[in-house]
Amino acid sequence: MSPSKLELCPSVKNIILLDSDGKRVAVKYFSDDWPTNSAKETFEKLVFNKTQKTNARTEAEIAMFENNIVVYKFVQDLHFFVTGADDENELILSTVLQAFFDSVGLLLRGNVDKKEALENLDVILLCIDEIVDGGIILETDPSVIAGKVASNSIDSGAPLSEQTLSQALATAREHLARSLLK
Amino acid sequence: MAQSYVKKDDDRDDEVEYSPFMGIEKGAVLQEARVFNDPQLDARRCSQVITKLLYLLNQGETFTKVEATEVFFSVTKLFQSRDLGLRRMVYLIIKELSPSADEVIIVTSSLMKDMNSKTDMYRANAIRVLCRITDGTLLTQIERYLKQAVVDKNPVVASAALVSGIHLLQTNPEIVKRWSNEVQEAVQSRAALVQFHALALLHQIRQNDRLAVSKLVTSLTRGNVRSPLAQCLLIRYTSQVIRESGNNTQSGERPFYDYLESCLRHKSEMVIFEAAKAITDLNGVTSRELTPAITVLQLFLSSSKPVLRFAAVRTLNKVAMTHPMAVTNCNIDMESLISDQNRSIATLAITTLLKTGNESSVDRLMKQITNFMSDIADEFKIVVVEAIRSLCLKFPLKYRSLMNFLSNILREEGGFDYKKAIVDSIVILIRDIPDAKESGLLHLCEFIEDCEFTYLSTQILHFLGIEGPKTLDPSKYIRYIYNRVHLENATVRASAVSTLAKFGASVDALKPRIFVLLRRCLFDSDDEVRDRATLYLSTLGGDIETDIDVRDFLFGSLDTPLVNLETSLKNYEPSEEAFDINLVPKEVKSQPLADKKAAGKKPTGLGAPPTGPASTVDSYERLLLSIPEFANFGKLFKSSAAVELTEAETEYAVNVVKHIFDTHVVFQYNCINTIPEQLLEDVIVIVDASEAEEFSQVFSKPLRSLPYDSPGQTFVAFEKPDGSPATGKFSNILKFIVKEVDPTSGEAEDDGVEDEYQLEDLEVVAADYILKVPVSNFRNAWESLGPDCERVDEYGLGPRESLSEAVNTVINLLGMQPCEGTEVVPPNSRSHTCLLSGVFIGDVKVLVRLSFGLDGAKDVAMKLAVRSDDETVSDAIHEIVASG
Repeated sequence: MSPSKLELCPSVKNIILLDSDGKRVAVKYFSDDWPTNSAKETFEKLVFNKTQKTNARTEAEIAMFENNIVVYKFVQDLHFFVTGADDENELILSTVLQAFFDSVGLLLRGNVDKKEALENLDVILLCIDEIVDGGIILETDPSVIAGKVASNSIDSGAPLSEQTLSQALATAREHLARSLLK
Repeated sequence: MAQSYVKKDDDRDDEVEYSPFMGIEKGAVLQEARVFNDPQLDARRCSQVITKLLYLLNQGETFTKVEATEVFFSVTKLFQSRDLGLRRMVYLIIKELSPSADEVIIVTSSLMKDMNSKTDMYRANAIRVLCRITDGTLLTQIERYLKQAVVDKNPVVASAALVSGIHLLQTNPEIVKRWSNEVQEAVQSRAALVQFHALALLHQIRQNDRLAVSKLVTSLTRGNVRSPLAQCLLIRYTSQVIRESGNNTQSGERPFYDYLESCLRHKSEMVIFEAAKAITDLNGVTSRELTPAITVLQLFLSSSKPVLRFAAVRTLNKVAMTHPMAVTNCNIDMESLISDQNRSIATLAITTLLKTGNESSVDRLMKQITNFMSDIADEFKIVVVEAIRSLCLKFPLKYRSLMNFLSNILREEGGFDYKKAIVDSIVILIRDIPDAKESGLLHLCEFIEDCEFTYLSTQILHFLGIEGPKTLDPSKYIRYIYNRVHLENATVRASAVSTLAKFGASVDALKPRIFVLLRRCLFDSDDEVRDRATLYLSTLGGDIETDIDVRDFLFGSLDTPLVNLETSLKNYEPSEEAFDINLVPKEVKSQPLADKKAAGKKPTGLGAPPTGPASTVDSYERLLLSIPEFANFGKLFKSSAAVELTEAETEYAVNVVKHIFDTHVVFQYNCINTIPEQLLEDVIVIVDASEAEEFSQVFSKPLRSLPYDSPGQTFVAFEKPDGSPATGKFSNILKFIVKEVDPTSGEAEDDGVEDEYQLEDLEVVAADYILKVPVSNFRNAWESLGPDCERVDEYGLGPRESLSEAVNTVINLLGMQPCEGTEVVPPNSRSHTCLLSGVFIGDVKVLVRLSFGLDGAKDVAMKLAVRSDDETVSDAIHEIVASG
């Protein structure tokens, strides 16, 4: 979709999760600015190389690349990035980043690293899916996002009834509460 | 945490082995996808396979059409499973596969069933998937459910429907527009994000109805918008309404300003910043309106969060370009950001300070920057160097410390682009600030003593050859130049030999010593160096009277454009006839186009570089000098901007540039032929000057040939009374011979037909005789001119639309430079003073003080005070206003 159609609505161009070598863990592009996979990879490489040495572990950092604003935050061997247009409100982008970062933290129960992320790639992908839909911000509250994703990842082979669902949700909430307390 | 991080580094090899996707292969995964067809579904296994498929897509792998269809069909089988987790993965992969229309039908019924499920998660996701993959026809079937979903009590379902609505509006607006009532209801939702999504959709539905948008904004700005995101949206819509309501509300407060200002006290930083940004972006914002926004941005500057500091300093940097005074309050906070860890923030802070700083703070600032320069990347250093250059041109008196700074950083380590930026800056300062010449040249001399870039060395040597001989003591540069002959590579040595020769040619006293040095160069190991030395020795040694042509050829600037010379040389075929440089065309082709492109390019990225000194005028001057008939017109006073003489998209595109000389005016017609099948020859503009009595045509230069899409120029020159600002109207007819061109061979026919083309009229106005020249301190300049040649008079301008319209009219009429931002009239003012400066033809400095007053209804009265060195000029300004 062209940006002009959503000109006033805050929008996200991409969400990128890379490892400490700059390799993709999970990415999602919502804009046509990078039409091919190689264009995407070039952008990721540029962003990774230029941010690699910065300290974005306690507070989210920010920089500009190719006339885009990129906010980013690192933990262990994972690098989280969120990109928006250069006239986008920087704080909205950083809210999206924080939502992504925190909900992944909740879902992986604090063990946020590349191994854990790859082993739970389904969770990461669902997480991105719950935060942004086609560039539009869907939800920014980490616990709500994690709740939505977790309620789905419970393995319930038995036929569904309202009860098992509420049970499932209860277990998920318990997990969350525990991980929050950590 | 830190511990486990260290541990991981230790056994990294193990970790790589650990990846669940190690050695994954598309073919194998596609095979695995067959489990989707098992009668007894293993939900866990299926989820894993979908994850693998998604992993492949995520890594940039693509599926062929056949593969994608196959996966899609087997995935649809999974709707049988009632496993929640698996269903989520099914939704995800369907969106990623983006099935074609006939495939969509297969899943439609399953998804519609999910849309009516009791499970909210099913409903929300099914809506999102269905709306993503569906086309218009299907939409009418599900419209009813979507409408209901918009007002669903579960916020996740409502948001899913609303966001899908926003996407669908691009493709099926007529359907989504029917949801208006439901969406309106959703705007009142208690759920924060539902409100945000509903507001976004409602605005998009109504965006073409200005009145409706204005009503929406009016009602919501009074009401209670809960979500910060929705609040940000509302601020954007409000600014849009303010922008569109335009300047027709000059009286009274700016509408909605109060709302924006109240948002500055919101509890969410996102909203505060959005409001502050909206205020700084207001059209013709006043300093009173700016103040509260600047105050909150100032608070952000000292935040612990880099994102907040960046957002604030970037906005303030932008404000500083138009309202430097408004930002000065933040200078102290800004200075602490110079050492910010985040280099983007530091650079933005520096460039902001350089814009807002006054003359007295320059020295302190330079000290700060000196500490800061050593540890930033080259690209940021270039931004700083460019900011320093413009600062130096702004405060010429400070050249000493700025030049010192430049020379210091020139000595330090740095890449080519960075060094080039510094050298360019020094060259510009030498050219524009006479006092800086001697020290600047010496700094450059020192630099080439130890310069690793051949390009820069040769450029500097060339520049020394031009500027060095004009200094008080040219001999002191000789040592630096001759050192190059000993120590450098052949290219630099050759360049140094040429420079030496230039000194010898220009300074007679040095000639014998230069001869000695050049003779030594005859033993150089390189051909080019020896050749040059030999050539210069014989030229300089010859009799000056007879060899004037040779000297001109060697030391004068080459008046033939290099591009043209290159083409001519390529076309030259060896024959009896020697190549004659005089036959090379001297008109510069397509030069205005290139200029336009450069000017149109918006400076982007961090701290847009300041635009260099007007190069257009330089290139015009060179172009005109290349035409011998104009050589005796004297110095070019001013070239106007190009005025279009044809409508856009016509057969022939013509614009004109007016070149003003003391006693002549030259019209340069830039023509483009936009018809591929035509070649125009002997193009000329027939000018009728019957409505311009003081002008008489003296010369016209036709354009020999004008092929398709390659710009060319034809000139017409007029004589006019010396120094007088004669005005008049000229009508123009383009006359030419048309020749048909064969589109396949590109060859033109031999016979042409004469034809004419009517162009728009052209006017020479008083403003053409005044150059916009700013003064840094108007009051000082005004006092120093004194009241001797002051002329004051009052004028009634009659009823005007607004005060600012009257001010702009007078500024445009005079074509002078507004000073100190006085061209902006604060809203609601009843009176205004505007200060203008300029240079009148004949190089007479003129200052104008305009006092406007609004009386009664819309009548504007104006007092005009003019000061200059020449009372006839002061009178002339009054005449312009009186007759304008």
